[in-house]
Amino acid sequence: MTVLELDPGLVRRARQMAARAADPVIALARAHTTVAVERAALRLAGITGADTTYRSGDVPWVNRVVDTVREHCGLQHGVAVPAFHALAEHDLASLTELAEATAAGQVRFTVPTGRARTRAARAARTAIARGLRQVDRARTRRDKLIARWGDPPQRPWIYLIVATGDIDEDVVQAANAARAGADIIAVIRSTGQSLLDYVPEGATHHGFAGTYATQENFRIMRAAMDEVSKEVGRYIRVTNYASGLCMPEMAVLAGLERLDMMLNDSMYGILFRDINPIRTFVDQRFSRQVHARAGIIINTGEDNYLTTADAVEAAHTVTVSQLLNERFAHEAGLADGQLGLGHAFEINPELPESFRLELAHALLARSLFPDAPLKWMPPTKHMTGDVFRGYLLDGFFNLAGVLTGQSILLVGMMTEAVVTPFLSDRDLALANVRYVLNAAGKLAEDFTPEPDGFIAKRAQQVLSEAVDLLERIVDDGLLDAIADGTFGLMRRPAEGGKGHDGVVEKAEDYCNPAVDLLEEGATR
Amino acid sequence: MTMTLDGDRPDVTPAARENRRRYVRPYGDTTGDGMVQVSFTLPIPHGPHAEGAAQQLAAKMGLDPALVVHSHPIGTDFTFFVVYGSVTHLVDLDEVHVVEREYPLLTPGEINAAVKKALRRKLVVVGACIGTDAHTVGIDAILNIKGFAGEKGLEYYRELKVVNLGAQVSVPELVKRARADKADAVLVSQVVTQRDAHILNTREMAAAFREAMGERRPLLVAGGPRFDPRMADELGVDRVFGRGTTPGEVASYLVHALTTQRKALV
Repeated sequence: MTVLELDPGLVRRARQMAARAADPVIALARAHTTVAVERAALRLAGITGADTTYRSGDVPWVNRVVDTVREHCGLQHGVAVPAFHALAEHDLASLTELAEATAAGQVRFTVPTGRARTRAARAARTAIARGLRQVDRARTRRDKLIARWGDPPQRPWIYLIVATGDIDEDVVQAANAARAGADIIAVIRSTGQSLLDYVPEGATHHGFAGTYATQENFRIMRAAMDEVSKEVGRYIRVTNYASGLCMPEMAVLAGLERLDMMLNDSMYGILFRDINPIRTFVDQRFSRQVHARAGIIINTGEDNYLTTADAVEAAHTVTVSQLLNERFAHEAGLADGQLGLGHAFEINPELPESFRLELAHALLARSLFPDAPLKWMPPTKHMTGDVFRGYLLDGFFNLAGVLTGQSILLVGMMTEAVVTPFLSDRDLALANVRYVLNAAGKLAEDFTPEPDGFIAKRAQQVLSEAVDLLERIVDDGLLDAIADGTFGLMRRPAEGGKGHDGVVEKAEDYCNPAVDLLEEGATR
Repeated sequence: MTMTLDGDRPDVTPAARENRRRYVRPYGDTTGDGMVQVSFTLPIPHGPHAEGAAQQLAAKMGLDPALVVHSHPIGTDFTFFVVYGSVTHLVDLDEVHVVEREYPLLTPGEINAAVKKALRRKLVVVGACIGTDAHTVGIDAILNIKGFAGEKGLEYYRELKVVNLGAQVSVPELVKRARADKADAVLVSQVVTQRDAHILNTREMAAAFREAMGERRPLLVAGGPRFDPRMADELGVDRVFGRGTTPGEVASYLVHALTTQRKALV
C-alpha cells in the first residue's frame, strides 16, 4: 500500500492535541446521561412496541416509561432502578406490561434504597445483560457467516445506497444492487428522522426521500441480505444511521439486528442538524460503546464539511475531524478496524491540478490512519446535471480510490443532484467502478509520489494546518470552538440546539447497568 | 441594418428567414438532421425481442429512423438501451412560453452581498411548524444547514439569522417570538392537511400578524407539499411555496421581496 512519509513528530503532535481537545468533552459525557441513553438501556432490557392508542400517533413504550420516570423521580439516578423496582412492586411480568400500566396511570415510580435498591439494580442488570448477549450472539453469527460466504474479493468494498421510502422496495433494489456487485447496502433514512426524539415502530412503507429506520425494517433488510449473500457467495453488509436524537437507541437496535455498519459521527448532528452539543457527545459515547461491543464499523461524516466549505481551503478541517473522531472512538472502545473515517472527492474540477490535490488529501488520510477502513465519498457538490461529465468525474473518483488504497467506496451516481438514481444509473455507476478496479486495481503498487513532490508537500501542508487548528481548539476548548463556528461555519453554543432538555447530570447514585456491562465487557 | 451570422443569401426572402428562425430541429452534425440520443430501461429480459421493443418505443417517441446502438441486460429482468435517431418533430419557437419567476435565483454569495448592501445588518428569519403539526421535515429542509436537493439550508447563509422554533408552535407564541427577534420574515411549514388544517392554520397566522403588527408585520411565507403557490392572497400571506421548493429559491425570494418590494419598511 502506498503511504506518505509524514513527519512522525507532527503526527504524534496531532494525536496529542486531538486527545487534549477531546478529553474535557469525554469527562462531560461521562458526567451526564440523556433520555436517549436511558431509553437505549431499557431497549436492551427487552422493551419493545408502542402505545397505539395515543391520539397523535404511536408513542414507543420506552418513551412512555422514561418520560414518566423522569416526571416522578428525575433521570439523574438512571431509569433502570426505578423501572425495575416498580416491576417488582407491581408484580409485573415484563417491561411492556409495566409500560401499559404506566400509560394507564397505575404506576408511581420511586427511587428505592437499601435492599430494594440492590434487588432492582440486580434485576435490571440481568435483563440488560440478556440483551447484550443477544448483541454478542449477533456478532458471533456475523463472524460465522463471513467465514462461510467470505468478504468481498477486492478492496475497496463497494457501498451503494438505496432509498425508496418503502422497506419492501428497498429489499428489491438492494438485492439487485448486490447481484450487480455491491458489497455494502445503506438504507437512507427518511428526511428529518434524525430530529425525531423517538424511534418509529414496525415495517414502514412511506418515507420522505428515504425509509424510516425501525427495528423491524433493520430485521427485514438483514434477513433479505442473508439470502442474497448465500446466492452471490459473499457476505453483504447492511448499513444504517446512528445519528440524530436517537443515536444510542439506533446503535442498540443495530446491534440486536446484526447491522454491520452505522453512520456515527462525533459532531455531525451538532453542526448540520443543530442538535445540542452535550446531548450529542453523551449519546455518541454510549452509541460507540455499543458499536464496539457489536463489532459494528462506524462511518464518520467528514464529507459533509466539504459540501459547505471549499474542499481545498477546508481540507485540514477534515483531518481535524478524523483525528477527533478517532480519539472519541478509541475512548469508547472501538478498534482501528472499526473506524470508517470519512473523506470525499469534492475539489472543484475546474481547479488546475484538482486530481493531484485529491490524491494528496486521500493519501494523507490513508497514511495517518493505516489500519482504519477509510470511507471514500464521491463528488456531489460539483455534479451539475451534465451526466456525461459526471460519469467521467466519478471515474476519476474511482481511480483515486484504488490508487490511494481506500477501504470503502461509496459509489458515485452521475445523476447526483438530478433525480433519485434510476436502475440504469446504478448499473452504469457499478460498471464504472468495475472497469476501474479491473483496469487499475493494483496500480497502487507502482505508485509512489515523489518525496518532495506536489502530492507529498500538499499532504504535509494540510497536516500542519490541522495541527494548528487543533492547537487553537485546545486553547479555546472544543465546546467553545464549536460555539464560535470553527467547523462547517456553524455556530453552535453548548446550551443551544435541539434535545438540550433531554440532557441530565448524573447523581452520585446514578445506575445504568448497560454502561457498566459495556465498560466491564461483562456478559452477566 | 441587421447583421446575420447564418450566411444570409439575397435570394432568401425575409419571410423565409423568419420561418427558419421560428422552426428548429435538433442538430447532430448537419443542420436539420434532427438527431438525438436517448437512453432508457425496459422491464424485459435482454435479447432480440427487447431490441424490437426499444425500436417500437423509439418510433412512438418520434424517432425515424431509430437506431438501437447498444443494449445490455441489467439483471435477468431488465434491459438498458442507447438509441440514436432523427426526430420527426419540429420546435415552434413562437409556441415556447416560459413561466418567469418573479425573482432572480441568486447564489449564496450574491444573497449575502445583497442583504449586506440593502439592510446593513443580518436579515432575520423566524421559522416554525404551527398548530398541531409535528412534521418539521419541510421547515428543517429549508432552514437546517443540511438543506435539501443538494442546496444548503438558510442557516448556511452568513447574512441570514435563522431562528427555528420547531414543531407545534402556537400562533401567539410565533407572533411573540417574531416580534422579540425583530423578524424580517416568518416562514411557516404545514404538512398535515386533514380537514384543511394547513389552510386554516395559515389564515389564522396571517390574521394574528395583521392584528398585532399591522403594516409593520414581517414578510409572511407559507410552505408545504399540498399548498398551491397561487393561494397567497387567499391565505393572507406574501408568498406560498409548494412541493419541491429548495432553500435557494426561498432565500432568493426573501432577498428580492425585502430589498426591492418593501424598501419602505427596511
